Amino acid sequence: MTNTLNLFIGLAMGLNLVALASSRLPSMIRAAALQGMVLGILPLLIEHDFQWMVGLVAVGTIAVKGFVIPHLLRRALRAANIDREVKPLIGFVPSLLLGAAAAVGAVALGGALPLLPEHAGSLLVAGSFATVVAGFLLLMGRSKAISQVCGYLILENGIYLFGLLLIRSTPLLVEAGILLDLTVAVFVIGIIMDRIQKEFDTLDTNKLTSLRE
Amino acid sequence: MKELALIAVPWLAAIAAFLWSSERTRPRLLPVAGGLHAVLSLWLLADPPTLSPSAWFGFDPLARAVLPMVSLLFLVCSIYGVAYLKVRAERPNRLFVFALLVLLGCLSLALQAQHLGLLWVAAEAATLMTVPLVHFNGTARAFEASWKYLLVGGTGIALSLLGSFCLGYASLNAGGNGDLTFSALAGQFVHLPVEVAAKSGPWVIAAWVLLLAGYGTKMGLAPMHTWKPDAYGEAPGMVGALLAGGITTMAFIAVLRVKQVVDAAGGGDMTQRTLLAIGLFSMLVAALFLLGTPDFKRMLAYSSVEHMGILAVGAALGGLGVWAALFHVWTNNLTKGSLFLSAGNIRRAANARSQNEVSGMAWRSPLSARIFIAGLFAITACPPFGPFFSELLILRAAFTTGSTFTAVAFLGCLLFAFFGMTRLVFAIVDGRPRAAARATGSRFRETSGVILPPLALLGCSVWLGLATPSWLSESWSAAAKLLFPTP
Repeated sequence: MTNTLNLFIGLAMGLNLVALASSRLPSMIRAAALQGMVLGILPLLIEHDFQWMVGLVAVGTIAVKGFVIPHLLRRALRAANIDREVKPLIGFVPSLLLGAAAAVGAVALGGALPLLPEHAGSLLVAGSFATVVAGFLLLMGRSKAISQVCGYLILENGIYLFGLLLIRSTPLLVEAGILLDLTVAVFVIGIIMDRIQKEFDTLDTNKLTSLRE
Repeated sequence: MKELALIAVPWLAAIAAFLWSSERTRPRLLPVAGGLHAVLSLWLLADPPTLSPSAWFGFDPLARAVLPMVSLLFLVCSIYGVAYLKVRAERPNRLFVFALLVLLGCLSLALQAQHLGLLWVAAEAATLMTVPLVHFNGTARAFEASWKYLLVGGTGIALSLLGSFCLGYASLNAGGNGDLTFSALAGQFVHLPVEVAAKSGPWVIAAWVLLLAGYGTKMGLAPMHTWKPDAYGEAPGMVGALLAGGITTMAFIAVLRVKQVVDAAGGGDMTQRTLLAIGLFSMLVAALFLLGTPDFKRMLAYSSVEHMGILAVGAALGGLGVWAALFHVWTNNLTKGSLFLSAGNIRRAANARSQNEVSGMAWRSPLSARIFIAGLFAITACPPFGPFFSELLILRAAFTTGSTFTAVAFLGCLLFAFFGMTRLVFAIVDGRPRAAARATGSRFRETSGVILPPLALLGCSVWLGLATPSWLSESWSAAAKLLFPTP
């Protein structure tokens, strides 16, 4: 069981690097969507006996992270009619190296922290920290609004991975609330992006510089 | 039941506002809901309900110590809002009124939340609801501010979620059953055997760091304060007042609740040191920016960063410090509300916001300018206003706990902030009105609707300072006792 789980988490960690290396927006959106779907399957692997609530959360996660949000982002991309190139503030090679270093560091850190017996040997903690760092790198190191949203999604994916450690004990109500909040957040982000596009005729956040000391 | 109504009343009013068809009469829903909310919260303040220990939410001593302030501030701002939205009749107000009311419900929920997850969900919802409020003006600058607010605020809230998970995992490692209410968490970490504490300890530390960073971003503690000047500078004055008085209070209470759990787990020294360091750093950063900023609405944002620093320092100084910090939550937020509302008037009358474009406001908008100056002296802790007494108490707490360095640094930052703020305020109030401002013709009329609300808040500030009601100080004592059972 742990082996299958680790395989999927490893896949998600690989997708971090794909997202960091993407030089075009559609491929970055695809990486974030795929990662969301991989994470959606995980609750089913962790729970030994099938519960309908867990199934519901899994289906909801796959639908929202894998289809709804990427669809919204692709629509924004089409409507904004911007060029698809990602403008990196931190170059691709440095961000890949940083991402890889974060993955190695996260595995080491995950080994050092005390875990419950049932999580021993799983990559959940390591995968979570590596994904959070990758999300931060995308948030800070890419200048277009859509790539920042992808970074935010990947950051949330990392937190979701950590949340799986608690899936046995916390009520799923809270997780449902979290999913809802995330969806609303992306909606709001989408609307603001739309307005920024109309107002500034760009989604390059480097151009948002009128507010400063 | 009444504590549920505190959440239900604003949300029902929000639905009504959304369905309301008349742009002209819709804003009147704000004072109606705000008035009901204030009555309910004052009733609960006078007659606190008993709280069942396993409840997910309830009107506990901490909620009792601050929720009536948020309610009062909202009521005054909503009365101002009716007059303000009449002046801004050219902007559609459906989303604005709706978001304000939902925000009030979310704040009531977050302040009363006794459950780690519920607190996070409510705090996140409150943050999202303020985004449409920040870009009400619909200008390019407002969208830029909203975008930065969303990114920084979103990242902060993500970090606090990760921190909440870490705290939950720490409780599982300590043999918990997954009950994430604050009282259960705190009870569980007390008197752990050494080998169990070694398994949960690292997670508690990680949780504190992440939660302080996350909710500290909401509070606007430096260096996570970067969203504040943009959002406060671009949002309408009344939204600034509610952001500075509502959202930051919610985040401060969240930090206090988490601190209570981490203290129970034996991290008391760590929480005190980190809060003290981040608080003094915020005060220093704010004081330095206050010396330089040319924009009087951004000045209020840096002043807010400074006062969040004061709250963090107060929370680090033990029982007396927490008592003074809760007192300061009231005095600072009511005074700040008056400053934001009068600054909104001045901004409207001058049609500009920076020192280079605005002067002579004592002639252009005499009443607002006078309230603004009185508010300036109040917020920089001059007697007889409330902030003087609350800051004096924090200073006393610093001396009684023997941290003379804290007291000296605290006073130094206050002095710099005073220089910075008086410099800017007198530059815009004194002098002759600019030719450009005189030429615009149509004068901003200082009607009673936009003058009485800031004046009322200023009056509250004096009242709290000179005659702190015993029922209020008793509620702060109860909250401080909850956090520090043995003073």
